[in-house]
Amino acid sequence: MQLYLPIADLPVNVFLILAMGAAVGFVSGMFGIGGGFLMTPLLIFVGISPAVAVASVSSHIAASSFSGALSYWRRRAIDPALAMVLLCGGTVGTALGVWTFTLLRSLGQLDLLIALSYVILLSTVGALMFWEGLRAIMRTRRGVAPLARRSGSHGWIHGLPLKMRFKRSKIYLSVIPVVVVGLIIGFIGAVMGIGGGFILIPIMIYLLRVPTSTVIGTSMVLTLVTMVIATMLHAVTNHLVDAVLALILMVGGVTGAQFGARAGQKIRGEHLRLLLGLLILAVGIRFAVELGIRPDELFTVRETGGAG
Amino acid sequence: MIARAPLAAVVLALALGAAVPARAERLIVSVSNHRVTVTPNYSGEELVLFGSVERDAATPATRTGYDLVVTVSGPRADMVTRRKERRLGIWINTDSRQFLQVPAYLALFSNRPFDAIASPEVTRRQQLGLNNVLLTQRVGPDYADVVPNDPFRSAFVRLRTQHGLYREETSAVTFLTPTLFRTGIPLPGEVPIGTYDVEIKLFADGALVTKTETAFEIVKVGFEQFVANAARNNGFVYGLVTAFMALMTGWMASIVFRKD
Repeated sequence: MQLYLPIADLPVNVFLILAMGAAVGFVSGMFGIGGGFLMTPLLIFVGISPAVAVASVSSHIAASSFSGALSYWRRRAIDPALAMVLLCGGTVGTALGVWTFTLLRSLGQLDLLIALSYVILLSTVGALMFWEGLRAIMRTRRGVAPLARRSGSHGWIHGLPLKMRFKRSKIYLSVIPVVVVGLIIGFIGAVMGIGGGFILIPIMIYLLRVPTSTVIGTSMVLTLVTMVIATMLHAVTNHLVDAVLALILMVGGVTGAQFGARAGQKIRGEHLRLLLGLLILAVGIRFAVELGIRPDELFTVRETGGAG
Repeated sequence: MIARAPLAAVVLALALGAAVPARAERLIVSVSNHRVTVTPNYSGEELVLFGSVERDAATPATRTGYDLVVTVSGPRADMVTRRKERRLGIWINTDSRQFLQVPAYLALFSNRPFDAIASPEVTRRQQLGLNNVLLTQRVGPDYADVVPNDPFRSAFVRLRTQHGLYREETSAVTFLTPTLFRTGIPLPGEVPIGTYDVEIKLFADGALVTKTETAFEIVKVGFEQFVANAARNNGFVYGLVTAFMALMTGWMASIVFRKD
């Protein structure tokens, strides 16, 4: 069934978009991530302009992270204080991200920035995750107990001033790194059309030492709020959010996520990380290949306004 | 040779003289639909333009072979064409050319190739064919069109053609009788919204005889128009509604799929 998207200005097959939403939702439910880094490239692939894709996916991620955040809230797996501090940075970061997005769009370098940041971010994070998962599997194969956390590493982070006690996470930490992390994730999310969960969760676990009991729920709150703000700002400044497209994605996404979450529970943690690492790496490499090989079409045409 | 040149000039002068003052022929045209509505299931459409050549007493009896060129041009917009080049091992946009107020949709239809209808001089002056249509560009400090084989211009036309937004078909106009004609106007799914001007030019013996114009509009109606207008004019409210919709969908999902 064909449906005309009012903002993207092109007809799409509803079932194709719904299936894409469900597939990405399945993956995101399985790994506990937003899935924006898969959704945005898929939309670009079916012909939706990168700008509309990034702007519309942000509302899709808001929906999926809200349903996630609600269930974590019921299980008291969210640290409200930590979430608030993260949001201080996240809000500013998102605003900066949308501003950069608008600026680069007018310079004609938005597509390049999106592609480059995908390559750098996804290849790095994917490779690290893959490596980490591989080592964990090899350790269990050899029957060696997992290494205990080296206490005292990253001491400089814990030496920073403005310390604050986060009760539910049971950590005592300076607010400076938390705000900075929020800022970076907000910025990246707004520019790339991703929630940033797959970067935020490792940072929170390894750098900020947030316990695993609250890490996913809290990161979802940050994702939720930054993506709602990103949706608002993209709608106000660039008029690029396609609500019809977003709704189809949301419906597919939240449904797929439920099945993904069930499938995820059946797979062992390190295998899950290995798979996720591979997936992220694959998307990154795909973007890298695209930048590196000579494109079939060297020219692009874009409307710059003045329609009427 | 020397004798033939003045003769040709006389023939041309006669042809022009006969056509212009007397208005010997009149074109009567209509499109099948003057208002194309873009609805949720819109995925392209084809309009039909039909018409006839009305002859009167002033028409030279010997003139029978008519040629028709139909030009459909959509709403005008500024566009930019960018070229990728290899820099530091990756392909990035470097050079660009701005196209000013060019039609977002442009279609040229005729009953036979343009160079068979008229001389190169006439095809250029009457803008027959995608190579001859005026596409204003910002070239340095100037505003001008460039030669058809300019890389930016040809890439622009090629890309628009690939999307079905620019087209040139030299066999699309069919004469049902020597004076009755029709042509289809295909509109792709991603056709821009706005007013479309249709110009119909009648040629005989390589010269323009008469021309006429008509128009149709493509509008979004109902929900599509509402969404597009809201996004453009009330960005803030639109954003709020979209964000609210996202939260509602998320909330519904957490209720529907609640496990405990």
